Amino acid sequence: MKKPLATYVIGFILSIFLTLLAYGTVTSHSFTASITIGLIVFFAVVQLFVQLTFFLHLGAESRPRWRLVTLGFGVLVVAIVVFGSLWIMNNLNYNMMHSPDKMQQYINKQAGF
Amino acid sequence: MQVEQTLEARNEKTLVGFWIYLMTDVVLFATLFATYMVLRNSTNGGPSGSDIFNLQFVLVETMLLLTSSFTAGLMIIAVRKSDVTQAAWWLIITFILGASFLGLELQEFTKLASEGNSWQHSAFLSGFFTLVGTHGLHIFFGLLWSVVLFVQLIKQGVTNNVSRRLSLFSMFWHFLDVIWIFIFTIVYLMGVIV
Repeated sequence: MKKPLATYVIGFILSIFLTLLAYGTVTSHSFTASITIGLIVFFAVVQLFVQLTFFLHLGAESRPRWRLVTLGFGVLVVAIVVFGSLWIMNNLNYNMMHSPDKMQQYINKQAGF
Repeated sequence: MQVEQTLEARNEKTLVGFWIYLMTDVVLFATLFATYMVLRNSTNGGPSGSDIFNLQFVLVETMLLLTSSFTAGLMIIAVRKSDVTQAAWWLIITFILGASFLGLELQEFTKLASEGNSWQHSAFLSGFFTLVGTHGLHIFFGLLWSVVLFVQLIKQGVTNNVSRRLSLFSMFWHFLDVIWIFIFTIVYLMGVIV
């Protein structure tokens, strides 16, 4: 961190570039939906790293690197909460997707219990 | 020298403590993101994201917040140089950009509500308003904080306390910009695709 101004300027320019890139990817409609989603998520993650490095100076932290450790834990919790919820709820939606007739049959079958 | 080092070590401890608070905020936002993503197709016959989102409008919001995050960084550089005037100006610019962002967001919210698409209409809109609104609330408290710090900066100059508080504020502000990247991507950009 010898030139603090330079790090902020680089981070700012890269962030603007990545934001416009994601915006352009969506508005130009040049890819299929799933490829577009993959690309913009990739751009967002790159911008996350850019801002952590250039704005929050995570790379310049002295040891022991508590911020990096707690960030790692935060990311772990985020991954469990977000992907866990999506996984469970999608499965739930899939398994509950019966027609009304079938649901009625199922209810009748369960009536004995 | 000895005294100066312990002071710096104490400041560093405060910064790490604040960072840990930010990580708990990450968990809060993760639950709201998860809720939104689960409910995003539950529109109850109402509008979906592609019907109500104005991407150009949101791009302007994004640029405002990104620039204010940048000017918060410039404010910190001025603080390191103990330049009160410059730091105060960058803080004012940061505040104006942040307030403009919040103003645009409120405009978007009131427009949605006046068209009958408030949080009561569908699970999707509840999730949307809760996630984006919680971010907006953070921005609001950040703006209040910046006003208090501005007064302290003008009255006390760049003392150790003021400088540490401004560092904490800039961390908070950068953090809110990071959260917004994901709101922009997951809520707005993805909402328009599908």
